[in-house]
Amino acid sequence: MTELFARIGRSSLSIFERLGNGTLFLFQILMGLGFGFKRPTLVLLQIWAVGVRSLSIIMVSGAFVGMVLGLQGYNTLVTYGSEESLGALVALSLIRELGPVLTALLFAGRAGSALTAEIGLMKATEQLAALEMMGVDPLQRIVVPRFIAGLFAMPLLAAIFTAIGILGGYFCGVGLLGVDAGAFWSLMQQHIDLIDDVMQGVVIKSIAFGFVVTWIALYEGYASLPTSEGVSQATTRTVVNASLAVLALDFVLTGLMFH
Amino acid sequence: MTSLAPSENLNDPLVTVDGVSFSHGARVIFDNVSLTIPRGKITAILGPSGTGKTTLLRLIGGQLAPSKGQVTVFGQDVQALSVTELYSMRKRIGMLFQSGALLTDLDVFENVAFPLREHAVLPESMIRSIVLMKLEVVGLRNARHLYPRELSGGMARRVALARATALDPVMVLYDEPFAGQDPISMGILVRLIGEFNRALNLTSVIVSHDVKETAMIADYMYLLSEGRVVAHGTPEGMRASREPAVTQFMEGEPDGPLPFHYPGPDYLHDLMS
Repeated sequence: MTELFARIGRSSLSIFERLGNGTLFLFQILMGLGFGFKRPTLVLLQIWAVGVRSLSIIMVSGAFVGMVLGLQGYNTLVTYGSEESLGALVALSLIRELGPVLTALLFAGRAGSALTAEIGLMKATEQLAALEMMGVDPLQRIVVPRFIAGLFAMPLLAAIFTAIGILGGYFCGVGLLGVDAGAFWSLMQQHIDLIDDVMQGVVIKSIAFGFVVTWIALYEGYASLPTSEGVSQATTRTVVNASLAVLALDFVLTGLMFH
Repeated sequence: MTSLAPSENLNDPLVTVDGVSFSHGARVIFDNVSLTIPRGKITAILGPSGTGKTTLLRLIGGQLAPSKGQVTVFGQDVQALSVTELYSMRKRIGMLFQSGALLTDLDVFENVAFPLREHAVLPESMIRSIVLMKLEVVGLRNARHLYPRELSGGMARRVALARATALDPVMVLYDEPFAGQDPISMGILVRLIGEFNRALNLTSVIVSHDVKETAMIADYMYLLSEGRVVAHGTPEGMRASREPAVTQFMEGEPDGPLPFHYPGPDYLHDLMS
């Protein structure tokens, strides 16, 4: 029994220690953000690495999610004779929730895990120590450009995911199931508000998710044990923790924005 | 990069390690270690694996802080330096890591150019000339387009040596430069380290357990074991020493005052329990 309490105590302490270290790490990143704006080429290279390289998975996933939404939405709406509202249903679902959330989950799996593994391996192969000894702060040179890139890439990816998802919904609803194209687009236009839906849904949510996923990925890599096992565990933690954080944050943001 | 620090005196040793203690958790790595690194010389730190030789380099470079004692580099107390001052101090130090620690996303040319691009505002043509000169010295000018993954261990270490000297540092720290090298690579590295020290008027600190190669170029040697300096002197003095710990290490004998076994319970007791 005592051992059980000791275990709970130890793991709680470990969680709080990681939270504290993670917050300090974030603080150091925010203090060094100026470096990223002094060296925009480094940021652009990272936007290419985390953003452009994630495009294929985002576009394919967006298309399939949109097509599934089109099929399922049509099957439900047709029961009530309101299949013309399919455009509004697909667009609202994607813009408010599925676009930013699924993009963030895919981003955590594709770009987040890559960031953690890259930085963890740089640590394990003494590249970060070598930078320090060359008088170059690895936090500024390596971490800050990747953090800024994550903040820029996520909203762009979420917008692309959402746009392609809507086209996927159009393809299924209008192309395959015969919903009227005019009704599809006009009802979508009627029900979507630029500020309430697009800004709050795609833009604000995806910036928040990009912030959290990139922070977790970079911290896990930077704090990983410099061994193969340490890097592997850190990569797994990134995907698990970032995905859970995105889902929890989505609940909070939805509660705040769409009540 | 070679200007003096405000508190630096050319007559003082370049590095002073004064009564330094350091522990990793419960394990004591150094217990009241003192040594000095004179200017313009090659000083070797020898000792069996696991005696904290690399830790000593990290203490000199300010990547670790001692629990007791003081490390002075260029006349400055390393622990008293701000982060900016510490990074500024490191620009005057080159370090050769055991693994080479080359940046894997850059080719050989860009790895050597890296410190120049980060710290010096130079035209591209001058960066090119400096990098080619450094690579020529280590014999890898024509390998400048290769990536680290395409280099052998010895080649990677030579590129790292070119990078470590790119900013013409005052001091170069070598972490096990000869470990795992074939005889030819080892000979090349021994020659290069000696030549660099002479030609660039460097101060070199070599951490190694390769006695023969290190003794060929070192001016002074320290022997570390179990967290203490057990002997020091010139290579000739160390070779002539009759002190059991020195003889054991210099001759590579398994039994003697330097323990072969990691400290712990007695073997017989362990077997019978």
